[in-house]
Order: sequence, then C-alpha cells, then structure tokens
Amino acid sequence: MHRILSTSVILVLLAGCSRIHPWVKPYERTHLADPIMSFSRDPVSSAYQGHVYQVREGARGAEGGDGGGCGCN
Amino acid sequence: MARKAETGVVVAVTRRWRRRIAAVLCLAPLLTNGAILPEDRADALYHSYNGGGVEVTGPSILVRKGDAKRFSVNANYYTDSISSASIDVVTQGSEYTESRKQYSLGVDYLHADTIMSLSYTNSDESDYKADTYSASISQTMFGNMTTVTLGFSRGMDDVLRNRDPNFSENADHRDYQLSLSQVLSKDLLMSINYDAITDQGFLHNPYRSVVFLDPSKPSGIGFEPEIYPRTRTSNAVSANFLYYLPYRATVKLSYRYYTDDWGIDAHTAELAYVHPIGSRWILEAGYRYYTQSDADFYADFFPRAGAQNFEARDKELSKYNDQTASVGVSYELLGKKRGFIDKATLNLKYSRILFRYDNFTDLTDPDLPDYEFTADVFQAFASIWY
Repeated sequence: MHRILSTSVILVLLAGCSRIHPWVKPYERTHLADPIMSFSRDPVSSAYQGHVYQVREGARGAEGGDGGGCGCN
Repeated sequence: MARKAETGVVVAVTRRWRRRIAAVLCLAPLLTNGAILPEDRADALYHSYNGGGVEVTGPSILVRKGDAKRFSVNANYYTDSISSASIDVVTQGSEYTESRKQYSLGVDYLHADTIMSLSYTNSDESDYKADTYSASISQTMFGNMTTVTLGFSRGMDDVLRNRDPNFSENADHRDYQLSLSQVLSKDLLMSINYDAITDQGFLHNPYRSVVFLDPSKPSGIGFEPEIYPRTRTSNAVSANFLYYLPYRATVKLSYRYYTDDWGIDAHTAELAYVHPIGSRWILEAGYRYYTQSDADFYADFFPRAGAQNFEARDKELSKYNDQTASVGVSYELLGKKRGFIDKATLNLKYSRILFRYDNFTDLTDPDLPDYEFTADVFQAFASIWY
C-alpha cells in the first residue's frame, strides 16, 4: 500500500517537471484580442460603477480599483 | 470536374489560411509580446447618482499616455458633488451639501513579461482626507496564457467632524491582492481575484447614532452615538469568466464571496452581455445581485442605552440585498484615424438599483416598514485613443 502511495506521489511530482505547452496557439487568439473581449473595456466607467457599490455595500475587495474616501459621511 | 472541385477546395483552404495569417500579422503586437501596457487614451465622464434622498454628480477625467515601449503614466481627476437628505440624515440630522475631490497618479513600467505599477490617490472632503499608495507586479507566463498579479495598497485617512474642531481621528487600511488571469480556450478567459484587507482606527461615521428603546420619551425611542470595533479584517475572492460568442458578442459571468470578522458574509453575482452592431455601435446589458448578512453588533433597535460594547445602526451593516439592471450604448465617431486621434467614442450607461433592507426600519413612516429605495445611476462619457 505504501509502495503504491509513494509511487503515485512521485509520479504526480514528476508531472510538474514536464514543460507546459500553451494549448491555445497564437494564431487561434483573434477572438481573445478583440476589444470587446475585456473584463473592463472602459476603466473610467468601471471605476465609477465600482465606487457606487463600495460606498453602499458592506463588502469590498476582489474587484480591482483604488482606495480613497467615499463622500458618504 | 473532379479536378475543378479539388481546385475550389484548395482555393478555399488557401483563402482561409491567408485570412488567419493576416489576422495574426495584424494582431502580432498583442499576440507575441507577453505583457503589454494599456492603450493611450483619454476619457471625460459625467456621472449622476440619485436615490434614497441622495444626489451625487460630477466629472471624472482619466488620461493615459505612454512612450509606446516601457512606460505608461495615468492621471485621474474625480469629483463628487453631494446633496444628501438620506434616511440617516432625515431621522438624525439635517440636509447637507458637500463636495469630494480625488486626484490619482499612476505609472506602469514594462520589462519583458513583467509590468510593475505604482499609484497614489488623494481624496479630500471637508470631514475626510484619504491618501492611498499602491504597488503591484504582474507577470505573464506559459506562452502568454497566464498572468499572475501581486498587489499591495496602504491607505491613511484623517476622519474629522464638521463644526467640531476638537474631533480628529485616524484610520489605516492595508489591502493585499493576488489575482490570476488565465486563457482557458480560444473563446474563454478566466480571472480569479483574492483580497485580504485589514482596517485599523476610527472606522465609523462620527455623525450617526444607534436607536434604543426609551420609555421615558414620548416617541419611545432614544439616540446615542455608534461605537465600532477599531479593527476589521476582510477576505474576498471572486471568479470571473468572459466568453466570446460565435457571432461576435461576449457574455461575462462573475461571482464574489466576501467575509469579515464583523460577521458580514456577502455574495455577489453578475451577468453582462456585450453586443456590437456593425462596426460603430456596441450595445450592452447586465444584471447584478448582491446580498449580505448583518454585522454581529448591528441592531435596528437596541433594548436600552449602552446595551453593548459595540453598537451600529448603519444600514450598510444590516441584512439586505440589492439588484442592479444596466444598459449601455457606445458609438464610434470617426471610423478611421483623423490627425493624432486613432479612435473616438461616445458612451451612455444607465443602471437602476433596488435596495431592500431586511432589518432596517424606516422611522419616517408611521407604519415602520423595512426600508427600501431605488437609485438611478447615469454615466455619459467621451473617449479618444491616440
């Protein structure tokens, strides 16, 4: 049992030594390079919308954006 | 006949490959360089928020310019002009107007597959001053399919109270960020973000009071100042997916989980759709849902004065949810390069947000229902790329 376990662990660790090949080739990235393929197409707008929520919700973080005051005192 | 069909197939295949090669050559800078600096652009935005007795309007100007090789600098000027008769103001104070000005400056430095960024933000209003310093490093790897970003920001705030020159407090914020951006397929992007935020100091609003039951008063209720813990630790993690649909449109799906040591757990889910029409118009629509539990020391009504060590009646610390429906339209003005301007767009966005509180009573209504309100959020902005 120990032998099977240690062999499995070694095999898993050895897999980490293999080189990772990109599975999306450069010539397949035309869609990814389209301007609409962006999480934040207009930073000035997404920063403002994020601020609207930050001021009025208890949760914050994991959405990007800068700090600052809130104008809500 | 067979040869003619064969020739047709060869021509079609050749054309298909020619188109692919042309696309790759056009996009070469995006596809071959690992990390790239953001585009040079300038945006002028007017924003308006109107809801719950609060009206906030103002401009935001964002300019970014790089040397097209190593450096890109950005600057932002942002203003909130506030007129407030919110539920807190109506029940505990009097209507007020104020303004907040915010300046930001940032620089990005590109070296091989690495982008290093520094930024500084200053926010100033009559009773709150905030300075925030941020630094991040971003590394692109695995054939430009993976980008890992580590970031840290530190905020130092001065909290003041209008018409009380003796009141002065501080708040300190530290935000540790880790994010992973991953190409999952030729049509699918994923972004995972994690933030650990610690706050220390004066963390509440110096004007707001809690409500307690007071039989000695004709109204049956009394008010006393809020008291919050002086520390707060938050963790937030989000997963975002962006998918390119076969007919040139995108759909975005996001989820965020948030938890902190004040007892607030929150979930945010968002769905957004972007649909270009022709070469000049882009339409978008979205829906967002947010829900949170209340803080351990929050109460709508406390049973008596001084009932707890920590007491809050901030509706943002209560149990509630909000829903946002959004639409937007973008129009490209020029269609081709004119002078130094590569592209110019006009954009309009509108969001309607419905806030529904589960344990925050509307004290202005004799029937004492749970408070709820809707907010209208407008954005109009022009952008140029150069």
